[in-house]
Amino acid sequence: MRGITKRFGALVANDRIDLTVEPGEIHGLLGENGAGKSTLMNVLYGLLQPDEGQILVDGEPLRIDGPGDAVAAGIGMVHQHFMLVPVFTVADNVMLGFEHTRGAGFLDHASARQQVQELSARFGFDVDPDAQVEDIPVGVQQRVEIIKALARDAKVVILDEPTAVLTPQETDELIGIMRELKASGTSIVFITHKLREVRAVADRITVIRRGAVVETVPPETSETELASLMVGRTVALTVDKEPFAPGEPELVVKDLRVIDDVGHVKVDGVSFDVRHGEIVALAGVQGNGQTELVEALLGLQDDVSGSVLLGGEELVGESAKEILDRGVGYVPEDRSHDGLVGSFSVAENLALDRHDRPPFAKGISMSPATVRSNAVGLVEEFDVRTQGVEAPASSLSGGNQQKLVMARELSRPLKLFVASQPTRGVDVGSVEFLHDRIVAERDRGTPVLIVSTELDEVLGVADRIAVMYRGRIVGIVGPETNRDVLGLMMAGVPLDEARQAAAESGPTALTAQDEAPDTAPLQRAHSEEADPIPGGGA
Amino acid sequence: MTGTATTEAPPPPAPEEQQWAPTGRGRQLRDTVVLTLLSVLLALAVSAVLIIIADPDVQDAAGYLFSSPGDTLRASWDAVSNAYVALFQGAVIDPTAVSLTSALRPFTESLVFAVPLIAAGLSVGLAFRAGLFNIGAEGQIILGAIGAAWIGFALDLPPVVHVIAALLGGIVGGAIWGGIPGFLKARTGAHEVITTIMLNYIARFLLLYLLSTTAFQRPGRNDPISPQVDTDAQVPLLLGDWSRLHAGLLVVLATAVGVWWLLTRSTVGFKFRAVGANPWAARTAGIHTGMTIFLAMAVAGGLAGLAGAFQIVSTERSLTPGISAGIGFDAITVALLGRGNPLGIVLAGTLFGALRAGGVTMQARTGTPIDIVLVVQSLIVLFIAAPPLVRAVFRIKTPSAAGTLQVSKGWNA
Repeated sequence: MRGITKRFGALVANDRIDLTVEPGEIHGLLGENGAGKSTLMNVLYGLLQPDEGQILVDGEPLRIDGPGDAVAAGIGMVHQHFMLVPVFTVADNVMLGFEHTRGAGFLDHASARQQVQELSARFGFDVDPDAQVEDIPVGVQQRVEIIKALARDAKVVILDEPTAVLTPQETDELIGIMRELKASGTSIVFITHKLREVRAVADRITVIRRGAVVETVPPETSETELASLMVGRTVALTVDKEPFAPGEPELVVKDLRVIDDVGHVKVDGVSFDVRHGEIVALAGVQGNGQTELVEALLGLQDDVSGSVLLGGEELVGESAKEILDRGVGYVPEDRSHDGLVGSFSVAENLALDRHDRPPFAKGISMSPATVRSNAVGLVEEFDVRTQGVEAPASSLSGGNQQKLVMARELSRPLKLFVASQPTRGVDVGSVEFLHDRIVAERDRGTPVLIVSTELDEVLGVADRIAVMYRGRIVGIVGPETNRDVLGLMMAGVPLDEARQAAAESGPTALTAQDEAPDTAPLQRAHSEEADPIPGGGA
Repeated sequence: MTGTATTEAPPPPAPEEQQWAPTGRGRQLRDTVVLTLLSVLLALAVSAVLIIIADPDVQDAAGYLFSSPGDTLRASWDAVSNAYVALFQGAVIDPTAVSLTSALRPFTESLVFAVPLIAAGLSVGLAFRAGLFNIGAEGQIILGAIGAAWIGFALDLPPVVHVIAALLGGIVGGAIWGGIPGFLKARTGAHEVITTIMLNYIARFLLLYLLSTTAFQRPGRNDPISPQVDTDAQVPLLLGDWSRLHAGLLVVLATAVGVWWLLTRSTVGFKFRAVGANPWAARTAGIHTGMTIFLAMAVAGGLAGLAGAFQIVSTERSLTPGISAGIGFDAITVALLGRGNPLGIVLAGTLFGALRAGGVTMQARTGTPIDIVLVVQSLIVLFIAAPPLVRAVFRIKTPSAAGTLQVSKGWNA
């Protein structure tokens, strides 16, 4: 790709980007959310037309007007959100859009099945062509997407944030698959914002910041350095925190069961506690009951049994409003869905849960001036980048929206702070800031419960880690626990077995990398001075 | 990703920042106003074509179009200009009138028509803001009219009190009829569009039934009509006998201010808007969404009921099967044209009142069917709902993605 420029109005999403992918190369594309990675790949895949620049395949300039052209040119894409028909079989999904037919337009299921089997066997995918997509795990669905690309003779496969939905073990398998593909001569563009993964697998890493290529570096570059390149200033990747001094248990959860609307048991007899001044992280792969558990704590689930005691008072059966009034701060998992009203102003959002009580309201009359002045203070304190407190919350970036929700929830005295995925989709610079605030809340003595699917976050922030699998807690461990052990626990292996298995099988690709010393021979002093971002972070 | 990228960029220095927000908002407002006016203009232009086609003189002239094309053009011009001049004279001011009062009378007539339209428009608009589509204003108007009429003719109350009681009776009647779908939605999730439409039918037949009972039917009459309401239960005229303009105008303007206050300055309105814009976030923030939905529908119903009461206590005076006069359906258009904003609804209601008043004059003076007014109204809706179309016609550049969204907000949600 040469000199690709893509503008959306005044915004330059891609600014003269050059990117070369060699045959049989894994090329990491690293950048924060909103840096322009996906735009660039959508240009390559024909979903967007560049305003300037051209795409060359094997030295030939090529015009790509749509995904059809891209596929014809040997470019395949695995989207972050899979494009599969859940009720179709794997084979049907693979041939969808490029159906194999026999004469008179009859579908040739046999040849599609055979193709899936061949590819599956060649790369060790272990995919059953007759399984229905909705029945197979996410990791396997992703392989189906890769098979789809390969079935169309893709020479370049684009993987857009492929590890976001995977367990550490599945990630490891994916890395294996990527290496297989590379060995067979397929090039891979690996889009991610996870430093650890890109270093583990990529041959070269191109870092994009604000629509432009910052630099292309070898994978030996240290994580700290990559993060600096991504963000444009030095960032601390570890969370500094005081040694933890827990007090008495304040939140005691006992035999909590949650049954969802369709009658599935989502949380199955969970018991744990969170102590005064302690951060407990609920780790686990997405969809193992963490969301429902947290919603049950907040009175947002209907069918809840068991007991949740906060400071000795029962929360089960109380309404969300009563629980919030007890001093529970809650950062929901999906901030734009559950945490913010997008069309409301920043100021209104900062008063969302307290709009009907002093100082914001007197009787049913609200005080816009107080709502505003409250917002001005919080925006300043939490460094929310906004065009003003009257700007709609939807105009903020993901990181700033998250700061907004955090600011609201931390702006009153709390007896418990619950944060689901506090840094999901948040840029590296803001992650640091958000973690600091969470730790600060803990240091004030508030019990903190965090739900996270990111092992890095769990290990960095938590004082204790409870791993959830299929609605139950597999085990509660300390933050010094080995990544592989945690990974196995997230797949449902009990603690003892996980320790044993991890010890036997040796470190996985990602953990191995941890143990290797950081080799950072390159000096990149310019990264901070050349492009300073004002303010930012703590 | 493209959306977030805008704000990922470092913010401009502080002073510049301060200027940005108001101008951006002001530009959006101006954009909305311009688009609305252009939609009205475009609707009138398209309707002009229909007037030309339907005009008998034009049809005659078109018979010899090729021998004398000028005649066809002249006849077309005459047809359109006469129709629209009559529309204007019937709606705003009639310079051909013999006296000052009869020259001004058309505008007061427009306001008379506007009063119930504004009240019902506020009903639909308020429901919009709470994320609800109140298609049931028509039924709520009927119930409001029933309540107001019964209090008006069956009770004997002192002056002033009687008219206030009648208006309150209308509000209560409408609130009950609006509250039912609100309750059903809050409790069972039944979609309010379906339930309000069905309740419109029920209201209509309920009215027909009541008008056949001794409690409601005027003694000595066989047709469905109620007794007249007491003179005490009628709103006073504002300008004397030459105009039908009544004090209901003041009531409805005060109501508009009240709705504005409720929506923007009260905790109740905050809940309405929060639930309307994002029920999940509202629920997470401890807002009781079911209660809020019920309350919003009841308040909306009350506003529509007020419109029904206005019909009874001002112009109509007795309950008839046609008491709602389609106001409840026009109210949807009024609320759309007014963008769910009370001031906008007052202006839109006045425009629609003017179209109703002018349409009558137009039909009487030029023979142009009053249905053309319906076409104008429908086209306005069409153009409002499709801002890109209007922009394309007038070659206006799309200001920003946000602007487009703003215009159609509430309808897509």
